[in-house]
Amino acid sequence: MKITKNLALSESGFAFNGSTGDSFILNETATFILQKIKDGLSEKEILDLILTEYEVNSIQAEKDLHDFITQLKIFNLLEE
Amino acid sequence: MKIAVTGLNNTDNPGPGVPVIRSILAEKDFNGEIIGLHYENLEPGIYMEGIKSRSYMIPYPSQGPEALLERLKYIHFRENLNIILPTLDSELYNFIYISNELEKLGIKTFLPTFDNLEKRSKDKLSEFCKKAEIDTPQTFILNSQSQINEVLKKLKFPVVVKGIFYEAYICYSIDEIFSSFSKVVSKWGLPVLIQEYLIGDELNVAAVGDGEGNTLGAVAMRKLFITEKGKGWSGVTIKDENLIEMTHKVIKALKWRGGLELEILKSRNDGKYYLLEINSRLPAWVYLTQAAGQNLPYLLVKLALGESVKPYEDYEIGKMFVRCSLDLITDIKTYERISINGEL
Repeated sequence: MKITKNLALSESGFAFNGSTGDSFILNETATFILQKIKDGLSEKEILDLILTEYEVNSIQAEKDLHDFITQLKIFNLLEE
Repeated sequence: MKIAVTGLNNTDNPGPGVPVIRSILAEKDFNGEIIGLHYENLEPGIYMEGIKSRSYMIPYPSQGPEALLERLKYIHFRENLNIILPTLDSELYNFIYISNELEKLGIKTFLPTFDNLEKRSKDKLSEFCKKAEIDTPQTFILNSQSQINEVLKKLKFPVVVKGIFYEAYICYSIDEIFSSFSKVVSKWGLPVLIQEYLIGDELNVAAVGDGEGNTLGAVAMRKLFITEKGKGWSGVTIKDENLIEMTHKVIKALKWRGGLELEILKSRNDGKYYLLEINSRLPAWVYLTQAAGQNLPYLLVKLALGESVKPYEDYEIGKMFVRCSLDLITDIKTYERISINGEL
């Protein structure tokens, strides 16, 4: 997984796609995940971190993470 | 140095004059005065503080180049102008026509050529795009309503009905097409364009060409808020190489001379970039370009003076503009002076 070129993500959760002009407001968890993707972590590594950081069962976390990644693709925030 | 600038109509359908002036004044090397040239007594730029030293009324483009030249000779006698920067589409033909006369008077310009204007006109754009291998929506040029049914055999609804100069309507039925056709003809005459309607994001590029095929600067912007008149009220600079590449291609193919604006649509269906229009002047959002690191209006000043210009390589992304509307307070005596004397 690779974040799209020109994507700026701030700690406040504001993301700006400099290639399209789209901007997004992310909640704390989404910001955390996007930052980890930006750092180059795999989906599995991010899932492990979520299970460590948040009180959530692994099946729910895996499903939510997968949904979120799908959304990132729909919004062209991830490069294939 | 004295630079005269037109297009002070900073209304809800703003001319580029005021942003062009603000860009020039923002340039640290600039040491001179701005002279406004206006068509109407209530153009807001006349009344704005710190924009121009004086402003003079000039005749409407419909009065022809001779009337314009005569008026400019008077203004030049009063002001000793060095450069004139016309900023509106409608006045360009007259200014190009008299540019040699202006040069003889010692007034410099940097304008597109007649050939530039001809090739980018709406009814010639498809032909140009085909030759230059640039995608553009499928367009039909109609000289009569009787051609509508024939065109509809080749296009799917909705379609866009466009005037030769301004206005466009999205039509979902044949009745709407006939009605829009009549509206457009009554205002702008024939021909009328019928175009395939593409869904996507409309993006804009402001740029300057040197007349030899080289791009000296180009900044891409996406509108964030659009008024009912279709004008961008807010926008942000973006970096999409496809937009800049298309701009280079257009400027190279046309050997464009001067400022221009490209309207490009990124299709949501096929992801391709379609050239919608080439406007033959810098846009009203051009002040954003200097904020992003490319002072395109000042490039025109340098080019008019014949100075060598180094092309801009890059600009800052994420620079935003938000247009605002506020009331300028003046006095009826000021309005009287403009109305009676044609200058302020």
